[in-house]
Amino acid sequence: MYTQALDSPGPELASAVPAAEAERERRFQERIDRDEKIEPKDWMPEAYRQTLIRQIAQHAHSEIVGMLPEGNWITRAPSLRRKAVLVAKVQDEGGHGMYLYSAAETLGVSRGELIGQLLAGRAKYSSIFNYPTLTWADIGAIGWLVDGAAIMNQIPLCRCSYGPYARAMVRICKEESFHQRQGYEIMLTLARSGTRAQREMAQDALNRWWWPSLMMFGPSDTDSVHTAQSMRWRIKRFTNDELRQKFIDATVPQARFLGLSIPDADLRWDEATQHYATGPIDWSEFQAVLKGEGPCNRERMGARRAAHESGQWVREAAAAYADKQRARPASGRSGYAQAS
Amino acid sequence: MITAAESNTDAVSAEQRLRYLLRLADTSLVLGQRLSEWVGHAPTLEEDLALGNITLDLIGQARLLLAYAAQVEGRGRDEDQLAFLRDAAEFCNVSLAEQPNGDFGQTIVRQVLLDAWQVELYQSLVGSTDAQLASIAAKAMKECRYHWRFSCGWLVRLGDGTEESHARVQAALDGLWRFTGELLTPDALDAHMASHGIAPPLAAIRSRWEARIDAALEQATLRRPPPAYFPWHGKRGVHTEHLGHLLAEMQHLQRVHPGATW
Repeated sequence: MYTQALDSPGPELASAVPAAEAERERRFQERIDRDEKIEPKDWMPEAYRQTLIRQIAQHAHSEIVGMLPEGNWITRAPSLRRKAVLVAKVQDEGGHGMYLYSAAETLGVSRGELIGQLLAGRAKYSSIFNYPTLTWADIGAIGWLVDGAAIMNQIPLCRCSYGPYARAMVRICKEESFHQRQGYEIMLTLARSGTRAQREMAQDALNRWWWPSLMMFGPSDTDSVHTAQSMRWRIKRFTNDELRQKFIDATVPQARFLGLSIPDADLRWDEATQHYATGPIDWSEFQAVLKGEGPCNRERMGARRAAHESGQWVREAAAAYADKQRARPASGRSGYAQAS
Repeated sequence: MITAAESNTDAVSAEQRLRYLLRLADTSLVLGQRLSEWVGHAPTLEEDLALGNITLDLIGQARLLLAYAAQVEGRGRDEDQLAFLRDAAEFCNVSLAEQPNGDFGQTIVRQVLLDAWQVELYQSLVGSTDAQLASIAAKAMKECRYHWRFSCGWLVRLGDGTEESHARVQAALDGLWRFTGELLTPDALDAHMASHGIAPPLAAIRSRWEARIDAALEQATLRRPPPAYFPWHGKRGVHTEHLGHLLAEMQHLQRVHPGATW
């Protein structure tokens, strides 16, 4: 999954720079323009570093918080196969969080610091995870729509100028594409071969997830504060509105195939632009959810904090044991992991 | 090979084989269901992933065993009908598997006690005279060895970690120890299976299980609790209060939408 909140205010990007610095920045920009990858030990402008840290951390946090709404259905998955697939999927999200925190660490910030910022409410994660998963069909809708939107956002990130981020995204995209297909397959089962109650469940899930999924791409280009600079740095390759349109064009026919209707009375095919046109997005809802007023913001952060706090004694024990092991003479150390 | 005792020549009925398979299948399923409650809530991201992996292995074992059980039963049921449409009294898992997660220490203690049992049991079942069960055991054995490495590693860290972690994990051990008798005390069905070489005699499992656990407890600086009197009979369908709740949650959708395909 993915964060859309890349355009939230961060440190000021442009500031007065001395001449030598300006020359380094010019050479840096030339490397970017030649599509060279920037690696951790290379010189980079502080603003580039900070932008990436913010973006990668928001992405990592989104993966971790994103485990919660889907995790909500693991114990109630309706078949053993679905249960296994869902556990594997949620586990993949955790794995994505791990690679992304590692990618952020190459920029000189620790996972602990980043998680501390999340728990203190100082970091953002994707607004989509503040919506509830009320029925099993929501698990299908999340895979289909939320992961579908994530893929639209993430494929271009595989070509991002920062090497470690781009490489992490290659693996993540492969897994996300599998997630998207499993979500659509759940929707197919419910909507095309399900009972009447299952079809209604599928339509209800689409009704609730459609608009929040469109919001995942972030504010409209006219309101997006960081897009231009991020595009110059080739962190971002397409604008929010371009990606959103691509998602809509791909998804509307998929909904038709399912026999479900998109909850937008203004939706129509525009011959002139060769794209689907939609009704207006309610950006006041998006802003409210980002500010913490979504249906599940409190629950999601509450669950993350509870896991962190109740795991404190475990992490302390592991550290204390490691210290004791280091202090013991080599002969007294024991391989506790007894094989076979 | 597990050798059949000469004294018992009664045939093994399909019903008996089914009941025995369900003991193994339901223990993996119920334990997997319990562990899956942790996913997203573990003390570190690494533990989230590890607990998820173990959950996946256990659900995988349950699926293979339930599919085989359904075939032995011969009533046209499948793995999901067995998992989602039986009530608590028809579940044959050992009672330890259904005990609540509690804190991470309690989950680890439950896991250590069951992993040691499953490792020993599946290692022996590889030589079962039931070829299908033997092949399932060959896969499960490798998985359970990994589970044991994980849980035993944590038992030692927690036991020999801080004063708080030691106290918590000792309390968990004291609380769960009373369920271990069931793992190691054979009833008539266990004995019958052993006499036909389908399963190992539990007496042999007991000594190996005790050796494993004693070594782990020593390393973890934990005290082995005294034997407890009350005999639990989860494997005969007499469970603790916890299983009904676990099943109510797990089986909810299948019960509300009878006959639906998911």
